[in-house]
Amino acid sequence: MLIDERGMNSEHDMLSPELSSEALAKIDLEVAKYPVDQKQSAVMAALVIAQDEKGWLPKETIAVVAGYLGMAPMAVYEVASFYNMYDLQPVGKYKLTVCTNLPCALSGGVHAADYVKQKLGIDFNETTPDGKFTLKEGECMGACGDAPVMLVNNKRMCSFMLPEQIDKLLAECN
Amino acid sequence: MALIDTINPLLTTGWSKGDAGWSLKDYEARGGYAQLKRILANKMSSDDIIAEVKKSGLRGRGGAGFPTGLKWSFMPKAAPEKYVVCNTDEGEPGTFKDRDLLRYDPHSVIEGMIIAGYAVGAARGYNYIHGEIFEIYRRFEAALDEARAAGYLGQRILGSDFSFDLFAHHGWGAYVCGEETGLLESIEGKKGQPRFKPPFPANFGLYGKPTTINNTETFAAIPFILGMGGDAYLNLGKPNNGGTKLFSVSGHVNRPGNYEVPMGTPFAKLLEMAGGMRGGRQLKAVIPGGSSAPVLPAEVMMECTMDYESIAKAGSMLGSGAVIVMDETVCMVKALERLSYFYYEESCGQCTPCREGSGWLYRVVHRIEHGEGRAEDLDLLNRVTDNMMGKTICALADAAAFPVRGFIKNFRSEFEYHIEHRKCLVDPEVQRMGSGFFKAGAA
Amino acid sequence: MVEIEIDGKTLQVADGSTLIEAAHQLGAYIPHFCYHKKLSLAANCRMCLVQIEKVPKPMPACATIVTNGMKVFTHSEMAIKAQRAVMEFLLINHPLDCPICDQGGECRLQDLAVGYAESASKYGEEKRVVPDKNLGPLVSTDMSRCINCARCVRFTAEIAGMMELGQSFRGERVEIMPFNGKTVDSELSGNLIDLCPVGALTSKPFRFSARSWELSRRKSVSPHDGLGSNLIVQTRRDKVMRVLPLENEDINECWLSDKERFSYQGLNSQDDNGRLTKPMVKQGGEWKEVDWNVALDYAAHALRDVAKTHGGAAIGGLLSPHATLEEMYLAQKLMRGLGSENIDFRLRQSDFSADGHRHGTPWLGMKIADIGKLDRLLVVGSFLRKDHPLIAQRLRQSAKRGAQVCVLHSADDDLLINLEARAIAVPSQLPAMLAQVVKAVAELKGVATDAALTTVGAGLVDVNAAKKIAASLVSGGNVAILLGNFAQQHRQAATLNALAQQLAGLLGGRFGFLGEAANSVGGYVAKAVPGAVNGNAGLNAVAMLKDPRQAYVVLGAEPELDCADGAQALAALGKAAAVVVLSPFKSQAMLDYAAVLLPVSPFSETSGTFVNTEGRVQSFHAATKPLGETRPAWKVLRVLGNLLDVAGFEFNTSEDVRAEALGGMPEFVSGLDNGVAGVAPNLTASANGLERVADVPIHFADPLVRRAPALQQTRDSAAPTARMNAATLAKLGLVAGERVKVGAGGTAILTAELDAGLPDGAVRIAAAHADTFALGAMSTVLTVEKV
Repeated sequence: MLIDERGMNSEHDMLSPELSSEALAKIDLEVAKYPVDQKQSAVMAALVIAQDEKGWLPKETIAVVAGYLGMAPMAVYEVASFYNMYDLQPVGKYKLTVCTNLPCALSGGVHAADYVKQKLGIDFNETTPDGKFTLKEGECMGACGDAPVMLVNNKRMCSFMLPEQIDKLLAECN
Repeated sequence: MALIDTINPLLTTGWSKGDAGWSLKDYEARGGYAQLKRILANKMSSDDIIAEVKKSGLRGRGGAGFPTGLKWSFMPKAAPEKYVVCNTDEGEPGTFKDRDLLRYDPHSVIEGMIIAGYAVGAARGYNYIHGEIFEIYRRFEAALDEARAAGYLGQRILGSDFSFDLFAHHGWGAYVCGEETGLLESIEGKKGQPRFKPPFPANFGLYGKPTTINNTETFAAIPFILGMGGDAYLNLGKPNNGGTKLFSVSGHVNRPGNYEVPMGTPFAKLLEMAGGMRGGRQLKAVIPGGSSAPVLPAEVMMECTMDYESIAKAGSMLGSGAVIVMDETVCMVKALERLSYFYYEESCGQCTPCREGSGWLYRVVHRIEHGEGRAEDLDLLNRVTDNMMGKTICALADAAAFPVRGFIKNFRSEFEYHIEHRKCLVDPEVQRMGSGFFKAGAA
Repeated sequence: MVEIEIDGKTLQVADGSTLIEAAHQLGAYIPHFCYHKKLSLAANCRMCLVQIEKVPKPMPACATIVTNGMKVFTHSEMAIKAQRAVMEFLLINHPLDCPICDQGGECRLQDLAVGYAESASKYGEEKRVVPDKNLGPLVSTDMSRCINCARCVRFTAEIAGMMELGQSFRGERVEIMPFNGKTVDSELSGNLIDLCPVGALTSKPFRFSARSWELSRRKSVSPHDGLGSNLIVQTRRDKVMRVLPLENEDINECWLSDKERFSYQGLNSQDDNGRLTKPMVKQGGEWKEVDWNVALDYAAHALRDVAKTHGGAAIGGLLSPHATLEEMYLAQKLMRGLGSENIDFRLRQSDFSADGHRHGTPWLGMKIADIGKLDRLLVVGSFLRKDHPLIAQRLRQSAKRGAQVCVLHSADDDLLINLEARAIAVPSQLPAMLAQVVKAVAELKGVATDAALTTVGAGLVDVNAAKKIAASLVSGGNVAILLGNFAQQHRQAATLNALAQQLAGLLGGRFGFLGEAANSVGGYVAKAVPGAVNGNAGLNAVAMLKDPRQAYVVLGAEPELDCADGAQALAALGKAAAVVVLSPFKSQAMLDYAAVLLPVSPFSETSGTFVNTEGRVQSFHAATKPLGETRPAWKVLRVLGNLLDVAGFEFNTSEDVRAEALGGMPEFVSGLDNGVAGVAPNLTASANGLERVADVPIHFADPLVRRAPALQQTRDSAAPTARMNAATLAKLGLVAGERVKVGAGGTAILTAELDAGLPDGAVRIAAAHADTFALGAMSTVLTVEKV
């Protein structure tokens, strides 16, 4: 199953920085996890929800999240720029993140990344001209026993990514 | 993968059915939530529970190895608002045990946390889950829903006077949040920059309230400890090293994975369980406790047993139990370069020595790896690490420094060769084939 | 108290102190960058690492709390090694461009590098380059120099109250930045320059103009709001180059508002609207530059002629509340010597019905430092953040400590203070609103109130808001009501005064006035008000313009911008036979209405005294020589006094004048009392139609700041608009952004703007501005229609 919640609300106006009512309802559920005077705790989840909806995090949307949670926009931007799975620039339809850290590298993490680069003709932090794929270098995903590992759109982890598995994944991504 | 091999399984007893055995029904069938029920039915005192945990010799499984019972006893009794927090921000390269714990047996962690909440007098808990394992976060949330529906969480649990609720907080990619105060900041909706301590979380934790933070594996062990008794648990391992421990074995072994063994099991046995060296190649080096632990040469490691003291005596740390196995195809300069890049990438940036030093280390190692090393670089690296260690708010600077020192200390000649000859001691083609990604003969 | 030892010296320090505070107590300096006594602890720079006995690692002195028996070594091998290590790290990515850095010579990194750095760096890699940011017209950035101490970030969030800067990204890539390219618009932004320990944030107006070691330092006092911030005026060759705060915990702490810091640019203004440097007289409609004696003779003749022909009462004296005590004292003495009691400095006040009923000089009602001790506050009629930036800052900190701050006003501007309650009403309903609070407090206290109050129609105002405010006030132990500039300028200011007095009485608290100008208290002390000497005779600032005089003496003011009704002021001055202007600046309006222009010194070029809002007497010396042929106004007035043969003008120094005015040199003036007797609250007044809410924008408030170019480029200096809430806009059929014709005394064409913080039926239009003075009274009803 491809876990991809990005662009879920097709009715939603992607050009507007505002969030859909569905997204806001999801944020409300996150807010409810925390004490009433600690709305800010939901900011990480809110940014994920916003990123899922917009495909990435434009500053204007960060400001919308700030307004919704009653935070200074700068405080939200600090968070968005600190955690490396938030995309502050547009990314392709499929963001592939390959872990190249040492334990993964010992079992082919770097080589898997090289393979993807060669297949897609892009380097890390680049997007294919058709806007389909963005390739990122990842840090430890806590799955070193499954190396090589890759994340698709932040939420789906793919294990044991040898050439055949990579070919299969790329073919699956339409 | 699910369970491959184990000795005296405790935490991994529920793993045998793989993804089919995580649910509440399965957990209860294994005797799950029996300890919580017993505690509530007998109105066990907080002191008795903490005493039992102390007796078990359980030490924090996140890496620092602090005695868990002692940590719980630091919580102020009278405080009106307290928290229990679980650290599943498992991002130390080489460590992947907590992911499997939540995947195959999430309820053991939930039960452990509820019992901890009861013991320290907290009414609310959070489990902070590493950003990259979204599916695991989902699974944990599903398990929470089950536990809530069954009355194990919420108001007046199982008809008792005790109320406790538990939520999952999902990270989004920052190694430093594995540091407990960075994690608390992150739950509070801020950058995960660690706090200066003291005050420690037991006095000033989440939202400034007394908080107990433990690793996932630590919480998972709690129901078992209460089930078998502290003494029995202690006796599974070595004195002062109670119980079993999950070891994540990665790298050049035939069967990478998690292995639960009693503390004090010989490394050689663990290696054997992991299927031995891949392709029958020669063991070159092992990082025994996650990437932050100093690397040990093969001959030293083969003499060690897997417990806090033995590894410490050999000059490294048991840490989180992440065993990174490297064979003869590894260039130690390249291996260090990648680790140094990791710390450079993950430094939170607040303390000067770490912010500036981690980049300095990476750049120098990068130069050496790329044939631009200078004769004075090894001394420089040691000097920079010396200037970083022990001078920052959290241990990330030390974690960046230890590998550099360990690699240079134990493999100095390889670094010197690199500097002198401007290339690897290990033939690049040998290195390429070592990962097993390419089939022999393929381009 | 605990006993600790630092470098072998034993000392007693308070429980909970940090090591850096303890060392400070001992006079020992521990190097540091990120630590600042007014900011939260960061402990991130690591420069203050020291050795503590029995602790294996060096510890940051800024964050380590003392414990009994602690032994600390700030210069041990471990400590020095740690400090040198940190210094090396700080310098590896620093550009070391001191020769072209404005901070050079006053840079903490440069200073400490001398003591802690090696002569050569072992860092052989490429240095980091960080893009600069545009933070607006006041603060310049060179971000590659930044050492990420994050003082600036903490300042914006904690002191200025709005996190305008943050530290984005992480690790080596951390970067101080505003959100989305925004400028830093806080009225306190200049403090960032002082806080930045390196040359990353420097003064844009001062940039590249001088080296710190070329500058002379003179102590002075801010001539703007009633706080009287203490200043260090830095000069080179008799030119003010910049202004810095002089720390005074009782007044401005270590801060300055941007107005106080950057208004000095106006001192050096040279354009047509700039400094007046030569005496001038108008002859046959032509302006001529003349010698001082000619100009003084001309002025003396003109005044004497009017006095002789029409009597002294035909002369009016309008004094700027920013004038010094000495200047005001001599001016009133001169006026009275000419037989006129028409003298006033309260130029923006419109209700003088409390005159003759006052128990004393109106003032803050407490020491400034005592504001922080209040646990309940009600601020009535104040654009607090812009009118009194540093008092707002004190309230912000109080609120964070748990004090409850309530607001009663005609605009709901964001004060960046966590408010407990607020009541927003159109100006005409403010007294009724305050009366409701009095009534609600009386009810809660179980005390009977004045019958007049019970008749206040509950339907008129938001009674619940009043009750919420009352509930907050009665729950406190140390309560005060503060009346702001807007309340003092209100048409029923005396009623507000009387109600505040009643409220304070019920609460056992205090009440006071937030002094609008540097000498809002000093003007009373100098007797620069009608009736101060001769009973009830004399015309106040409004009366002497409403009923035009034959001649006026104008000191330091621009009446068209500084009076309650600028249009009326201009008309009266235009009709007068002779207007004698003493001013540091010229303007077209002045050239039109004046007969003689006497160039007098601004505060930086004269000695003088300001009595601040708490009654503190603060004298200062000239920081530079007078510009051109400018002369200190007290000297000019003394000579005029002599020329007009007024008795008692034998003063040799400004100190002589002060001694006579104050009867000595007290630390605080006497006779401070906000009480009024026999002022019956007038709660019947109501306005029909749209009511003007006139604020005096922070950088338009006085002639000096109006001429400071950098401040005029800030967001706070945007051209006035006609602001209304959505309901008012809708009722008028307007859409925000449309041009509208506003009509009152006169008309103005402005842009309609949405301001959700205004009550229904209110139109907010700034005063003190060339675009709006034609509208006339600040407090008025007006019409608005689409152009």
